[in-house]
Order: sequence, then C-alpha cells, then structure tokens
Amino acid sequence: MDLYITSYCLVRDNRVVVNDRLVFYQENILKFADFIKAVYQQGQINYPKFYKMDAISKLGFVAAELVLKETSTEGLDSGAIGVVLSNASSSLVTDIAHNETIKDRNGYFPSPSVFVYTLPNIVIGEICIKNHFKGENVFLISESFNARLLHDYVGELFENGRVDACLCGWTELNGDIFNAMTVWVTRAGFTNSEAGQSYRPLLFSAENMNVIMSHN
Amino acid sequence: MEELIEKLKKEVIAQLNLEEITPEDINPDASLFGEGLGLDSIDALELIVLLEKNYGIKIEDPKDGKKIFHSIRTMAEYITEHQK
Repeated sequence: MDLYITSYCLVRDNRVVVNDRLVFYQENILKFADFIKAVYQQGQINYPKFYKMDAISKLGFVAAELVLKETSTEGLDSGAIGVVLSNASSSLVTDIAHNETIKDRNGYFPSPSVFVYTLPNIVIGEICIKNHFKGENVFLISESFNARLLHDYVGELFENGRVDACLCGWTELNGDIFNAMTVWVTRAGFTNSEAGQSYRPLLFSAENMNVIMSHN
Repeated sequence: MEELIEKLKKEVIAQLNLEEITPEDINPDASLFGEGLGLDSIDALELIVLLEKNYGIKIEDPKDGKKIFHSIRTMAEYITEHQK
C-alpha cells in the first residue's frame, strides 16, 4: 500500500517550518512559553483553550494545527483519522510542576488544571477534541526519535483498515528545550488544502521521516 | 466589597490562565460558567483551590459550589461572610 506524507511541520530552535517554508523565526532566544504563544498568535489559531494547556500540549497542538491548515479532511470519516505521537520525556515537565504543588505538606494545594496534564497522551486528546478526530491514537515513548517505530505502527493502522489518514510525529519538550515534528499521512490520491497545494508529497517511509527531521 | 471584586477578577484570570481576558472584560454579576466566561469543570476545581489557598476558606459541601461560584460578586460575598 502506497502511503504519502502530504504535509509536515517542524517546531524547534526558535523557528517553525511548514512544507519547506519558514513560517516563523525569532532571532532572540525566547523561553518556550513566549515562543509558542508567539507562534500560536501568528498562526491565527483561534482556540482560547490553548492558553490553559500544559507546555507539551501547546507544542503538539500548534505543530498539529499548522500541518492541518495545509491539508483537507473533507470526505474523510472522522472515525478513521488517527493520531500517533511520541517523545522521550513523556510529560516530565508537567509532572515536575505538579510535584511543586504537592511537595510542601504545609502548603498542599495540588492544582487540578496541572494534574490533568500529567500524562503525555493528553496532547492527542487536545488535538482530537479541536478537530473532531475519533480514530485510533497512541502516544509512544522512546529514548530518541524513532522513525522506524512510528512508520511501522502507522503503517499497521493503514494495513488493518483502522485509519484512512493519520497525524504522526514527535513532540519532545524538556525545560526550554523543545523539538516537534508532525506529518500528515494519507493514501495515494489525497489532495491538500489550497495552502498546501504547492507541496510535493513524499512517500511515507522511515527514511523520509528522518530526512524531514534533519531539515535545517 | 468593590475592592475585593477587583482583586478576585485578577486572581481568577491568573489562576485559570485566561490570557485573552482583562479584569475590565469581566462583569462581576455575569455567570462564570456557561454563557459567561465559559469556564469548565476543571476551572471549578481551580476556584475551590483558590478560595482555600488565598482566603483560607474550605467549601465543606460541594453542593454549595453552584451558588458560591455563580459570579465574581457571589464569590466576593461568600469570602466576606466566611473569612476568619
């Protein structure tokens, strides 16, 4: 079965690249919170709940939205749109934030809105809620970006008829160090939205995912 | 009371990360949930924590929450009545 990457997004090093186009660049090094807020605002993603998300959800959400702007989900069954993401640090940043709220027995005020993000797959929930995706989803943890793992897992979902399209990628965040890559994978014949028309789809392979990930 | 209302507006914005809302945007009598600020169930829990952390007030009966958190003004009235 021929599958294609019809759009991709990279978010790292104070820059955002979508389908080979540099869409955001900030010369001065920013804290992650400031950077991702600036990208969100420039990307005109109108979704106030963004501000309530934890850091990894903001990262994955923005990387997903910028890819989805380039694609079209018209004609796709929402139950057949999957999301497969991965990273190395899980939800560590939020786990630490939660620990800060409970470590002092005399000032024990766990924050419900922090606690609900102490799982890495919540980012997938945020993406699915916003876009009404109801297909298979999973969040995988690996020590480093593992294109083969992602490729094989997503390939199986297509082979088994579980998805007709899938957002997949890497959303790593540890402190202010972040690196996200999202790709939109579909069968042959899929057409991008007007915004993504100029991008020439790549065959969905581990090699091509590594090529995208190594983009400078 | 008005001073407490203004303070509460700022605290609610900070606690709930309502970055696109300013204190001036909040009508003290408008509903916090549903049509008003559109808060959700997690926000309700955050407001309970806010009362306990900032004012030392613990809500003993969760059923009272609907009345207490109806608006910024009802929150301020509850704080005024219950703060030690």
